[in-house]
Amino acid sequence: MFRIIAKRQLAEDIIEYTIKAPDVTRHHRPGQFCIIRVASHGERIPLSIADINTEAGTITVVVQIIGHTTQELARLGAGDTILDVVGPLGHPTDIGTPERAVFVGGGVGVPAGNLIIREMKQAGAEVLAIIGFRTRELIIYEEKIRAQADELIVTTDDGSYGYHGLVTEPLQQRLEAGSEYDVVVAVGPVVMMRAVAEVTRPYGIHTIASLNPIMVDGTGMCGACRVLVGGQTKFACVDGPEFDAHQVDFDQLLNRLRIYREQEQQAAQAGPHLCRLEQQISEIQ
Amino acid sequence: MDTKERMKLEPIPMPEADMSERLAGFGEVNRGYSEELAQAEAERCLQCKNPPCRSGCPVDVDIPGFIKLIREGKYTQAGLKIKETNAFPAICGRVCPQERQCQAQCVLAKQGKPINIGYLERFVGDWLISHPPALTERPEPSGYKVAVVGSGPAGLAAAGDLAKRGHQVTIFEALHRPGGVLVYGIPEFRLPNITVDSELEALRQLGVEIRTDVVVGRTLTITDLRDEMGFAAIFLGLGAGTPIFLGIEGENLPGVMSANEFLTRVNLMRAFDEDYDTPVQHGRNVTVIGGGNVAMDSSRVALRLGAETVKLLYRRTRAEMPARVEEVRHAEEEGVIFEFLVSPVRFLADNEGNLAAVECIRMELGEPDESGRRRPLPICGDGSDDCGCWRASESVGATGSAGYEAG
Ligand SMILES: Cc1cc2nc3c(=O)[nH]c(=O)nc-3n(C[C@H](O)[C@H](O)[C@H](O)COP(=O)(O)OP(=O)(O)OC[C@H]3O[C@@H](n4cnc5c(N)ncnc54)[C@H](O)[C@@H]3O)c2cc1C
Ligand code: FES
Repeated sequence: MFRIIAKRQLAEDIIEYTIKAPDVTRHHRPGQFCIIRVASHGERIPLSIADINTEAGTITVVVQIIGHTTQELARLGAGDTILDVVGPLGHPTDIGTPERAVFVGGGVGVPAGNLIIREMKQAGAEVLAIIGFRTRELIIYEEKIRAQADELIVTTDDGSYGYHGLVTEPLQQRLEAGSEYDVVVAVGPVVMMRAVAEVTRPYGIHTIASLNPIMVDGTGMCGACRVLVGGQTKFACVDGPEFDAHQVDFDQLLNRLRIYREQEQQAAQAGPHLCRLEQQISEIQ
Repeated sequence: MDTKERMKLEPIPMPEADMSERLAGFGEVNRGYSEELAQAEAERCLQCKNPPCRSGCPVDVDIPGFIKLIREGKYTQAGLKIKETNAFPAICGRVCPQERQCQAQCVLAKQGKPINIGYLERFVGDWLISHPPALTERPEPSGYKVAVVGSGPAGLAAAGDLAKRGHQVTIFEALHRPGGVLVYGIPEFRLPNITVDSELEALRQLGVEIRTDVVVGRTLTITDLRDEMGFAAIFLGLGAGTPIFLGIEGENLPGVMSANEFLTRVNLMRAFDEDYDTPVQHGRNVTVIGGGNVAMDSSRVALRLGAETVKLLYRRTRAEMPARVEEVRHAEEEGVIFEFLVSPVRFLADNEGNLAAVECIRMELGEPDESGRRRPLPICGDGSDDCGCWRASESVGATGSAGYEAG
């Protein structure tokens, strides 16, 4: 059993949880993830780790409430427990020792940047962070990222805040203006990561994407998480989750991500109204 | 009764669930011997002075010894007799390949009527679960702490043996539920998870601690275990978990799965149970590739999830199939269609990018390979035998695990 220490609603349907999981903090490095199971009949879902507090023995995760499992999680608050947290899983981010680094984050991929940028800074890099959201209301982790990065650009698709456009546009402009970077790390929706890879490809900049395929065990046992990288099948949970973005077959990843979409939607529809209602009731209380 | 008379007795078949019941759910197919049936089967044992069956048992169970105790109605003692060398009779009685081990050596095997040692072992294993013996005293503590990594049969057996010697044992398991393949792979209709849980409970009674959600090497390292946590010895029973994909075109299409994923979703994550949230891809036409237990289990799970046809493709012939004979028989009875001497060459997609069909080539058998089985060779390079399937569950063996088949 793992206790929820704190819960914070960051935006609509985006919640930050701080969970006591001392063993996960022990050897955790930026870029690694964990898998949680909320309740006994629930699924195992992979989550990025947004922050870690070794002394308190806590991890922080940011969850978008989209499916049945995350809806169930959303009903829990500080003091409640979840059944399983296992990690850290996967390889840490391998950024080398860059002088100039870029973090590109989109949506719920942004919080992962918190630790990745910290790592870049520790490696001695000057860091540009570009974080993008659909609209102003959905902006999360802006202050945390600002506090770490040397420069921050926030974009919104609808122009309601910051730069009006996609995260790739400021990146493209910098590159065209002659800025040089040693590494770019992209975490976010697949289409965003694919677009970032296409922008950096002509410049030959080492670009890392943190992939988010469907997972089950997270220990390399089932192959649900397989992705095609450089023409070879890799298991994202043990070989990744971060890969050379210029080698990743993003189209295949997108195709595989829709495998359970229909079933997920059915499951989600079975519950959300009740969940929202219960959530509101518990908030009133 | 003299030996001649005993030899005339007919083997007692295992009572099985009705076919309609079998396909309608995940209930156990083999229902187990009653006391009467166990008595009748035990009666057949010749009690050989130098029992060859024993030499066929990898853990040297005193087979005539426990069968004699069954005959005397001393079922608890019979179970404890097995437990002297094998901690899990209820599990091994269900899943060991007896026809290749103890029963193959039985003197009655020559007439095709070996003693059903596995069925008898299961009977006493289940007896111990339903009639738990009074707790025997724990052995004198040795003062040593031992870590066991992995809770599959290897880890559990090691933990049991170590605990019996008085060592303080902690098992570390990566998944949320201990049991390894016994709980994530082997389906309910062959080995109910509750049976595994009972055997785990017996281990806990011996003082073994089980910690789930710990991936050794990630959550805790070997150094942590040895230097910080004070474990004097570490046993690694990690299994052979990694599925090997065939490396052929289209194998990452939606609809193509490793048997490990398919079975894990169904067994560990209980996708067959409506109360659970786990989704699993299943279809009307399912193709399973392989000829081992994993392939039989996948085929039979697919039928139970509602498939209309399940075809099993194996690149050798029936004689080379590594699966337990009973699983092959059950699969066939339930309607799995076997296609021998075929090998998939690619998976074809439909317009939406989902699996549409498996393209195969015909094989023939060549010279024996390292495993002693005749090597399958393609008959023609590009023959296309379109199996017309729209879902395939790719059953693949894993490196290092004896008994089942890659591709
Ligand atoms: C579907 C299926 C059916 C089978 N049927 C039969 C049968 O009928 N008869 C038969 O004889 N054999 C059968 N087999 C083969 C048999 O299951 C294996 O030989 C047996 O499970 C091996 O046991 P093990 O303990 O070595 O490994 P496993 O059962 O694989 O257990 C290993 C355990 O270690 C855990 N682990 C791995 N790495 C770590 C780590 N770093 N830290 C912590 N934990 C870790 C894993 O999560 C797993 O739980 C079958 C296999 C499958 C997949
Ligand atoms: S999630 Fe099962 S192998 Fe990666």
